[in-house]
Amino acid sequence: MTVVRVLEADRPRIVLAVDGVPLEARQGDTLLTALLVAGLDGVRTSEFGDGQRAGFCWMGACQDCWVLLEGRGVVRACTTLAEEGMRVTRR
Amino acid sequence: MTRADVLIVGGGGAGCAAALFLARRGASVILLERGQVGSQATGVNYGGVRQQGRHPAGIPLARKAREIWSRLPELTGTDAEFDPCGHLKLARSEADEAELLRWNAIAAEHGLVTRMIGRNAIRADHPYFSDQVVAGSLLAEDGCANPRLLSPALARAARSAGATVLENHAVTALSHRSDGFMVEAGGTTFAAPVLLNCAGFWGGQVAAAFDEPVPIQPLHPNMLVTEPLPRFCPHSLGVVGGGLYLRQISRGNVVFGGGRGSGDEEGLVTRPSATATQASMADAVRLIPRLAGAMVIRSWTGTDGTFADHFPVLGPSRTTPGLIHAFGFCGEGFQLGPGVGLVLSELVLDGRSDVPLEAFDIGRFARQDAQQA
Amino acid sequence: MRVAVVGAGPAGVRAVEQLLRAGIEPAWIEEAPDGGGRIYQRPPPGFARSHRALYGADAKRAQALHATLDALKPRTDWRPETLVWNIRPRDGVLDVVTRGTRPGEIRFDALILCTGAMDRIVPVPGWTMPGVTTLGGAQIALKAQGAAIGARPVFVGTGPLLWLAALQYAKAGASPALVLDTTSFLTKLLATPGLLWNTPTFLRGLRYTAALRARGVTIAEDATPLAIEGEGKVAALRWRDSGWREHVAPCDAVALGWGLKPEAQLADLAGVPFRFDAAQHNWVPERDAAGRSPVPGVYLAGDGAGIGGAEVAEHAGARAALALLEDHGRSVDLALRGHLDGRLRTEARFRAALERAFPFPAHLARRMADATILCRCESVTAGELREAARLGAPEVNRAKALSRVGMGRCQGRVCGPPAAEVLSEALGIPVEQAGRLRGQPPVKPLPMPMVAP
Repeated sequence: MTVVRVLEADRPRIVLAVDGVPLEARQGDTLLTALLVAGLDGVRTSEFGDGQRAGFCWMGACQDCWVLLEGRGVVRACTTLAEEGMRVTRR
Repeated sequence: MTRADVLIVGGGGAGCAAALFLARRGASVILLERGQVGSQATGVNYGGVRQQGRHPAGIPLARKAREIWSRLPELTGTDAEFDPCGHLKLARSEADEAELLRWNAIAAEHGLVTRMIGRNAIRADHPYFSDQVVAGSLLAEDGCANPRLLSPALARAARSAGATVLENHAVTALSHRSDGFMVEAGGTTFAAPVLLNCAGFWGGQVAAAFDEPVPIQPLHPNMLVTEPLPRFCPHSLGVVGGGLYLRQISRGNVVFGGGRGSGDEEGLVTRPSATATQASMADAVRLIPRLAGAMVIRSWTGTDGTFADHFPVLGPSRTTPGLIHAFGFCGEGFQLGPGVGLVLSELVLDGRSDVPLEAFDIGRFARQDAQQA
Repeated sequence: MRVAVVGAGPAGVRAVEQLLRAGIEPAWIEEAPDGGGRIYQRPPPGFARSHRALYGADAKRAQALHATLDALKPRTDWRPETLVWNIRPRDGVLDVVTRGTRPGEIRFDALILCTGAMDRIVPVPGWTMPGVTTLGGAQIALKAQGAAIGARPVFVGTGPLLWLAALQYAKAGASPALVLDTTSFLTKLLATPGLLWNTPTFLRGLRYTAALRARGVTIAEDATPLAIEGEGKVAALRWRDSGWREHVAPCDAVALGWGLKPEAQLADLAGVPFRFDAAQHNWVPERDAAGRSPVPGVYLAGDGAGIGGAEVAEHAGARAALALLEDHGRSVDLALRGHLDGRLRTEARFRAALERAFPFPAHLARRMADATILCRCESVTAGELREAARLGAPEVNRAKALSRVGMGRCQGRVCGPPAAEVLSEALGIPVEQAGRLRGQPPVKPLPMPMVAP
């Protein structure tokens, strides 16, 4: 994935853990932005053997960016703001 | 006017299977379905192909039906995703456990093989259950299938065998004269010496049209399905006392149900119940803690018919020669459908069936009324 | 009288504004953390771009809407991050869940649904790959996150958003490798007289195209996307021009969108009947010009009631609130009512021309290759849907039952329109006869409890 920051990239840094690995993001990122800007190859694996998914609609409609957020359960990465210390698991 | 040997009202599992078995034996059959086949109880239920837990009076019929489930590919060209994964009924107390043992003894008399799984074994073999579960009984030849596929598959096979299956043919008038039945549907009059009432909840209206009113009530099972989850649960599950049933399909989705949805008086407009949905979700998490936080992606319901004594009406009319009823399966009809169809074909063509049907006689309501009076 | 308003986009804000003017404090439910809708979505705290930078020519409208939104919120029972997942119309109850964990009920005597829209999609081979988004998604990435879906994206589809999003990307430094419009220039030209009903918007559209050309962006009209290529991530778009020559455009992301479709699932659960709007080529919930649905007490406004765009949504939201007030015996500002009715009529003419200018390319959906994934939730191909047609499915709900198209977590939001095209083509019937996927609760997935209560 190649999501790139092009505007207002210079926001305070925060650190999450994704699959147990630290991942640097910026305050105001959604989880989807944070994961994809970091270069992950997707945010979830299709259950039906057709590869990685990385969301589609970015507006909470397609439900194709679900991740597991510790303490919250399954959330849509595109509508969940990243916060310092969040622990995210890709499924 | 269109004539046939047999008219069938209702395109659920029983009606479509009856059309298939009758047509295979050379009878001319016309099936009249108000909407699309399998739109109501047969199409929207849990999909349990379950003999376990049935009343002893219903076991022979369930066994006959189970034999047909194995023959579906040969009969219809599809297995309707039938998976003989076993039905595991769970005990949550010693009393429940005693209930399982009691039923297993009855089942053994009917040749059904069950296996009790005690406290230690269920912990070891099914670690996904909560401490609620103290024992279980597995009926290995039970299983589940995709309810959306059964009626359409039976209807296709029936058509191939020569039956006429007419969808979008709501019955608007029914009558009987000395020479047989006249049924109006979709603007056409159909006539036949034999009429099969396979109309589910609305079978009560058909019976009433022949002066046999029955105390049928609508039943709207509240059904849910989760997102696909890693496989953990090999069996279809039930609990003693009912209230929750749950299975995981091969794609990973967990299908479960409990409680009731709602419907209008006619039973045609139904909707799942938010209250039942929330209660079932909580029940499921209590039974299987790993379902906590899993996403429910859809809920649905439909209309079945039920009676206070929990028996269907299956057998000849008491008022009208040539009329045979098969309706009101009280939430247990999906598994039975193919067997009911076969029994109906036998009643029509042979005048008898090897399955005892006394408990399902429509005359029982008149007797009950008389006793109460 | 208990009134609930679902949605805090342009329609919801203006509806609530009128309700408060009449002294009614509604329950106001919004799925996002903040209002504004997708069109005027505000970036989360931490971003600081001006309205001008965020919304361009719409900055003033956005600013006014945000100001009203912020002023109204504290005067209502404001419920952000709250999903209405079910409606019990007979009981007057909305079943809600807040932040995915807290369930609740909201009782209402009257309801205004302002539920918005989403992109309308035609699946293209490879469209489930990471790097492919909707056009709306690409725009939200930029607007609300300052991020581009790729350094060298391709924009595919038709409609005003195609050009707007492409230009916004170009200005932000993520210049599109290609803008592919499936509509021909001639089709757009023929719609020009009608588009002059809203001359500023029409001229703005022309400016976008010119600006993209001036920046050296490749533009293809009357073109056809063939496949998104790459191994696990987007590498190129293969496409065909109007002269049937094939091209490959190297790129690292693709945005797809062919206009919008109403997010009308709640109207469906409220019992509102739907009709196929041939001009929009969308199923829309039935309503009168003021927003009254045939279900007493249920009012509809904004794109969720039929696509009209943000300006229309503001007028329709206010108008629906007036209709609700009048129906419940309140007097309303007749001058305002007349003004809104006039604006809505004019805007409807412009919208009709817009639909003619940017038609949904149904033929692309109908011609989808059998192997192409149609339903991305369930990974069902177009061929599997055609098999359901062969097995006798006469409409989309039975086709869903047989094939699992539209049965997944998005409930057919994304694949519903193209699925209806594929099915209608397979059956040889008009698309409206193929029907629409019925809504089922929950309208969006509902989490099981984290701890059994």
